[in-house]
Amino acid sequence: MPDEVVRTDRLCCSYRTGRVLEDISISVEAGDYVGIVGPNGSGKSTLVRALMGLCSINDGTASLFGIPCNRFNDWARIGYLPQSLHLRNSIFPATVAETVGLGLLSLKRFPRRLTRTDRERVDSVLEQLDVYDIKTKLIGELSGGQQQRVLLARALVNAPDLLILDEPTAALDPEMRERFYALIGEINRARQVTVLLVTHDSGAIGKFASKMLYLDKRMLFYGNFEEFCRSADMSALFGEHSQHLMCHRH
Amino acid sequence: MTMNIIEILSYGFIQRALLAGTLIAVLCSVLGVFLVLRRLSLIGDGLAHVTFGGTAIALSLKLYSASSLLVSLPVVMLSSLGILKLTEKARLSGDTAIGIVSALGISAGIILASVGGGYNVDLLSYLFGNILSITTQEVGIAAALFCVVLMLLSLFFNDLLAITFDEELARVSGIRTSTINAVLVLLTALSVVLAMKLVGIMLISSLLILPAVSALQLARSFKACVTLAALQGCCSVTAGIFLSFATNLPTSAMIVLLNLFFFSLAFLVRRYFHHKVKNSN
Repeated sequence: MPDEVVRTDRLCCSYRTGRVLEDISISVEAGDYVGIVGPNGSGKSTLVRALMGLCSINDGTASLFGIPCNRFNDWARIGYLPQSLHLRNSIFPATVAETVGLGLLSLKRFPRRLTRTDRERVDSVLEQLDVYDIKTKLIGELSGGQQQRVLLARALVNAPDLLILDEPTAALDPEMRERFYALIGEINRARQVTVLLVTHDSGAIGKFASKMLYLDKRMLFYGNFEEFCRSADMSALFGEHSQHLMCHRH
Repeated sequence: MTMNIIEILSYGFIQRALLAGTLIAVLCSVLGVFLVLRRLSLIGDGLAHVTFGGTAIALSLKLYSASSLLVSLPVVMLSSLGILKLTEKARLSGDTAIGIVSALGISAGIILASVGGGYNVDLLSYLFGNILSITTQEVGIAAALFCVVLMLLSLFFNDLLAITFDEELARVSGIRTSTINAVLVLLTALSVVLAMKLVGIMLISSLLILPAVSALQLARSFKACVTLAALQGCCSVTAGIFLSFATNLPTSAMIVLLNLFFFSLAFLVRRYFHHKVKNSN
């Protein structure tokens, strides 16, 4: 039986404005590529943030690699690309190489110094993601697509077992978005990295993800894309026509 | 004006001012890069106002010159942690928390100055700074604290860079962000208290902000940014001391004006190269 990477049992999270997630029970196995979809405010980002201890869990349990999330500290196993970074300031002085190097700090003990081997590792991941040529450029000077690749390189440089991406394609056009999902798919297969990808785009992600989690504060669907397309619950939710369009974009 | 540099350098008070001034300028400039990028630029101003209050307490206890640090250092360090706690626990933005602590510091200083009366003149010297009056003992304290701050900065450099880049990403890299934030504000508090004698309470924030923003105009990497900021800090203090001696104008204001000059220069250089690149495309 494959290893369980993520598990939640009746997970509930609330903000001051009210409950954001209710009764979420999922199990993600090693090698899964899970697309987490749902409308705005459905709790998609809250779920992944709760897993990483970035927001508190009010009820239920959640674990990463079998360790409860509130005790988890093996951060070298996680690669994270958040929803938004404040990098629109074009004079933020970190180069691409410096930015990607920060991803290695999870492997380091205090004082977290990077060695020559670490710099070679950074170069190697930049080459793999086809951004080596811009390694001396400032991160704030890059286009949206290049910036996402660099931040993905940062998330991958520590060779994580679990990659968590929170709406990584929000700033990209539809074509760039599909290429990005495909790239994540390649990484998922080639490196056997488990992927949790939060997105609005349920149609496009279905082409690449092995599983879909549809949230609207509660869990409305969790399974593979074919099941999602056949699901009577999803037909009832979207209407048959919309479900057909969503499932046959590819 | 006719005095040559060797002659100026032969004065003990100039030697002390140059030594302490460059050490403090390096600290403020390097920390300034982190503070500006974290949008905490005005923390220097806030802590300087607290230093005013702390110094007023020290003077009321008849602690003068270097001895006043015994009071102002812990007061300012506690206040810096107070700013941090206010942003974390009271859900206030950084500038609001700085404003609250700053108002508290300055009002405490004014009340104590008004009650004490007799030490108003001493307190005024802290408002505008007087690096040329720095004592050997104060130079020793500045050098010791410089070593401590520089060592801590070097140990926590990558952690500080990580939280400056993105605090959430830093947390998911296993960095204890609350500890690193505390380190940053405590180092700033130490530097502000040291810089008080150099440029005075009124102008401290410019020593933290101006070298950093000049470096941000030109730097092509984070390490280059920190180095350029430190270089500008050193140059402005050294040139400022010589110029103020030669022109008989206040040293602190001269240092700040030189920093403004360097910033304008950096801004123009950046604009020039930006246009050149645009035209070549």
